Parts: sequence; structure tokens; C-alpha cells
Amino acid sequence: MTTRIEARFARLKEEARPALVTFVMAGDPDHETALKIVQALPGAGADLIELGMPFSDPMADGPAIQKAGLRALKAGESLKKTLSLVRAFREGDGETPIILMGYFNPIYIYGVDAFVADALAAGVDGLIVVDLPPEMDDELCLPALDAGLNFIRLATPTTDDKRLPAVLKNTSGFVYYVSITGITGAAAPDAGKVASAVKRIKRHTDLPVCVGFGVRSAEQAAEIGRGADGVVVGSALVSAIEASLQPGGTPAVEAVTDIVARLAEGVRTSRLAKA
Amino acid sequence: MNQQLPNSFRAGPDEEGRFGIFGGRFVAETLMPLILDLQEHWNTARSDPAFKAELDGLNKHYTGRPSPLYFAERLTEELGGAKIYFKRDELNHTGSHKINNCLGQILLARKMGKTRIIAETGAGQHGVATATVCARFGLPCVVYMGATDVERQAPNVFRMKLLGAEVRPVTAGHGTLKDAMNEALRDWVTNVDSTYYLIGTAAGPHPYPELVREFQSVIGKEAREQMLEAEGRLPDMLVAAVGGGSNAIGLFHPFLDDKDVAIVGVEAGGKGLDGEEHCASLTAGSPGVLHGNRTYLLQDGDGQIKEGHSISAGLDYPGIGPEHSWLKDSGRVEYVPIMDTEALAAFQMLTRTEGIIPALEPAHALAEVIKRAPKMGRDQIIVMNLCGRGDKDVHTVAKHLGMEL
Repeated sequence: MTTRIEARFARLKEEARPALVTFVMAGDPDHETALKIVQALPGAGADLIELGMPFSDPMADGPAIQKAGLRALKAGESLKKTLSLVRAFREGDGETPIILMGYFNPIYIYGVDAFVADALAAGVDGLIVVDLPPEMDDELCLPALDAGLNFIRLATPTTDDKRLPAVLKNTSGFVYYVSITGITGAAAPDAGKVASAVKRIKRHTDLPVCVGFGVRSAEQAAEIGRGADGVVVGSALVSAIEASLQPGGTPAVEAVTDIVARLAEGVRTSRLAKA
Repeated sequence: MNQQLPNSFRAGPDEEGRFGIFGGRFVAETLMPLILDLQEHWNTARSDPAFKAELDGLNKHYTGRPSPLYFAERLTEELGGAKIYFKRDELNHTGSHKINNCLGQILLARKMGKTRIIAETGAGQHGVATATVCARFGLPCVVYMGATDVERQAPNVFRMKLLGAEVRPVTAGHGTLKDAMNEALRDWVTNVDSTYYLIGTAAGPHPYPELVREFQSVIGKEAREQMLEAEGRLPDMLVAAVGGGSNAIGLFHPFLDDKDVAIVGVEAGGKGLDGEEHCASLTAGSPGVLHGNRTYLLQDGDGQIKEGHSISAGLDYPGIGPEHSWLKDSGRVEYVPIMDTEALAAFQMLTRTEGIIPALEPAHALAEVIKRAPKMGRDQIIVMNLCGRGDKDVHTVAKHLGMEL
């Protein structure tokens, strides 16, 4: 069975351009606005959508995404509501892949089997769970794969050649390369280093490799997209949502789609600049 | 919980770092290679006579071990029941049991070639102990501390600064111990090449719960020997306070297979378990995954972690070491809550009867001893871990007693 994620990357390969993967937090700044933002993403140029599941203790996230999670929780977002957001999105869009990203505890408390079943039924395509390394595959990765969800793993600069096979073993959909040792939204990645890291990962797998952490501008997206199959942008988008809440700020949906449109332009020129 | 009793309660964790369903390695991929490297060094060090000799030497000459096992004669008389002994880890250099763990871990960090140490702290005792060993070994030290705690533990903040550490107040989240731990993890993931994370309690990803327990077990090993020497037999009951649970596991572990020794862990009941203002994760929480391990946590129905409350900043954490979770479910250890007010009363009673000012953490354990000793026979024996001294708490206590300093 071809998943939505696989179908999307196959199409992008024909278009000879990298994917723009956009991250926003479910329920940020509130549930209804978040749904509108997610619904507007594909039209603005997003190829895949990562939807954050808010958690009280986001250990791997920088200030921008931490605050987004707190805003969402304060506005009453829960995992149940996040799944209903995906369901609502799917009513109008059957193609754009949706990947839920977050931490394990809310899923564990929801119940792994119930979560996997409900996520599939809602139209979720893949999962990224930051605090589940391959050593913990029994917890969620294997049940999710069995049910037909993609389980997307993070590879990092500390994942050396010796460890890569273990990390890639049960990974599906794509590999998410974390471009820096650090938290989301931190230092800008060094494009040269990223390119050689992506090459290194590709020696071990045929899966698409997307690069994230620290990508903010269309120029960066274009540069990173030259060697990678996709570019992930998150902190820049949730920062725009934060700014939209200030007096006189651009409304959240517009603020996000403006940036996404510029980034989409970036990934579309990316391979052109190669020559 | 309906499960078969193990042959030994001292065998865990398994290779995956699990105590039953608890423990494990729930960390970001960036940290995994480092965790595995730590495990390798720990496996080598624990069976290396030279490592043991170096640590023993520091324990003896730097910390002042063994700490005395003291018969609290007047308190025993006043309560009129079981004989009460204190394991006096409050007499250690830096004033608490925290130094036992810090010395062990800094030797490991040096073996791993790490050049920078980070730590989290709540009350500041672990921060002070970490800053102390960093000064002793000439390593730069950054301590993350919730902004709320920085304010209420000003003397310890100053001590850390004197010792050369940089104290970074954490305003993220709600500015308490769990937020400090989050921030320390963020630093670690960013500086993974140079940095060693010196965790202060028997929690976190494997192998931390195991190695912290081993470094703290010096408490129980000494107590066992000292008790046999003093009374010619083992005690009837052990009592210790549990926040993350490092002093308690240190005392308990060497006795876990002595089935005639009853073991009681005392949690912070705060202002009562009916409301939200307590830290009794074992009594009132449920299993979940946080900070690298599965363990009992204070959380809501959506798996969001709650803030704890205790009069004692050292018990103010919504989780607990995974081995305690397992010991609770297996029924080997009984865990009970003690309220802020009971701890305050115990604090004053010990000061008055024995001339010892305890920290508010062991004052919780003492409050449980005060409840139990009178119901026990005069031929019975309780050993309590007096794991810290109360100098750091006199301001807090004064405030609660309505006195201006």
C-alpha cells in the first residue's frame, strides 16, 4: 500500500524539487484558528504538514515552540482535540500528508492502541515522537507500523555511521535530519555540513531525507533543499503566530501563509540554482 | 499489583534499564549515543578497583564518611516506643547526601573526557554539591534553577556563585525544578560533545537511576554494618524522605532482600492530597513518561504534567525515581504522604530534643517516625536517614512560624 507520504514524495521527485514541510502547533493560538491555519497551508505551498501535539514539558524545543505549546494548552487543546482537528482537515483535503509530532506521554496516557486506531481513522499519516529512540521501539513504533502509520525518525549529527542502521531500521515515510545538536529554532545550520550529512544518510537508505531545526528564510530553504528531499520549517511559523497576537499584528492565518508562500518559492528555485 | 514476586529485589534494572515496567531510555536521538557511551564507562568503572579506591578516598577524606549512626536517646524516650537511630548524612561536607552522588559522577565525567558540567537544582543542595565537586576538580559548572527557587533559596544561590558556578534562573514553564530539568536537557542536547549532565537524583534515562543508586548506597551499606555493630541485629524499620528518591534508595537498597526489615518512603503531602498542592506522585499519581523514564507522575487526564507543591523545595518534583515506582508496585516498600504542617512540627521537635536542626526533607521522614515509633515495642528499632541539615531552611521555617529574621 502506498501511503500519502510516499505518494507525495513520488510526485515531488517528478517535479524535481524538494518538499516544503511546515510545522505548526495544534491548538495554537486556539483550536479554531489552528484549524484554519492548517487548512490554508497546502494552498500557500506546503507539501507536508507536521502538526505539533502540545506537551507541558517539551524538552527538545526552543522558546518559540515551547510558547506555542503553552498557548495551545492554555486554550484547552488536548490530544483528542488534535485528532479531531486532523479529521476536520481531511474532510477538505485527501492528499496532503499529516504527521503528528510531539512527546510520548500524552500518547501513553491516551493508550497506545486506541491512539494508533484513532489517528489512522482521523487521517493521520505519520508520527514523530521525539523521546522514543529505536531502543524504545516496542512502545509505539512497532504498533504504529503494524497498523499502517509511517514512523518518522530523527537522525542527528551525533548519529554516526555505526548507529545509523539501528535508527533507520524501523523508519518509514522519510528521515528527519536534525541539522544541529540543539533545540528547535536555535542556531542556523551550516549548509555545507548539512549537505554532507544528508549524503551520508542517503548512503544508508532510499528513504527521502528532510532537514529541519533552524531553517527560517526562503534563501536557507533553497540552499538546504539543493541536497535534501525536503526542508522543515517550524519556529519561524509559530513565531509569526505569536506576533499575530500583538496589538496591530497581522491576523494569524495570513501571517503564516505569507511566510509559507515565500518559503515555497524558495524550495521551487532550489534545484534551479544548482546549475 | 498482581505480579509474581521476584527472587531478589536488588537485581534491577535489566539491560534496557527497566525496573519492571518502569525506567527505560526515553530521550531524544541526539542524546542516545552519549547515554550509551555513559553506560559503557559506567560498566567499566563499577568493576574497576582503581575507580572504587579513588571514590572511597574522596568519600573518607573529602566528605567525611562514614557518617555516624546515632542513637537518638531523648527523642526515643519522648516518643516512648521503638529505638530511633539516625543515619547522619547531614554531617557530610556540603550538608547533605547529595555529595555522595556528585563525587561518583564527576569521576565518571572525567573518565569520559568531558570538560563542562551542568546540573539542575531545586532547593539548591544538589547545585551546591555539584558546584563543590566542580571547584574541587577545576571544571566549569552551570546550574539550572527555577526562577521561583532562585528567589526562595538565596543563600544556596550565593554559595554556588562563591564556588565558581554560574546559576541560570529558568523562567520557562513555571520556573520550578521540573522546568530546570527541561532546561538542563536543552543545554545538554546543544552541547553534547563537551558536556556532562550531572543529574541529582535517582531518576532520568538509564543508566542514571542505577548509577546514582550505587553512589548513594554507601549510606545503606554503612548503616547495615553500623547497626550490626551497635545492636547485633538488623533494624525493624527503615524510614526516608522521597523527592526524586536518591537518599531513600541509597538507604533502602542494601536492605531490600532482608524481608524482616519494613521499609517506608515518605512523600511530600504538601497542603493535602485532596487538592493540587502536594508532591505525592506515588500515592496520588499514575505511571507516565517524563525526563527519560517511565515512572509515577503527577499528571492530568491528557498526560500533561502538573506542578507539585511542598514546603520543602527539595521534594518539589512531580515525578520519582523509577526504582521507587517498581518497589511500590511490587509491595516491597510502603510509601506514605506527610503534610507541610507535620514536617514543620517534626523539624521543631528534633531541634528541641536532640539539638539537631534537620532539613525540611528529612523532617518529613521524621514526622512519619513520630507517628510510628510510639506504636512499636521498646525492643524494636527504626533507622531514619537524616539526609540533610536545616541551615538552608531556617528562613522558610521562620516565615511559617510568623517570625521576622
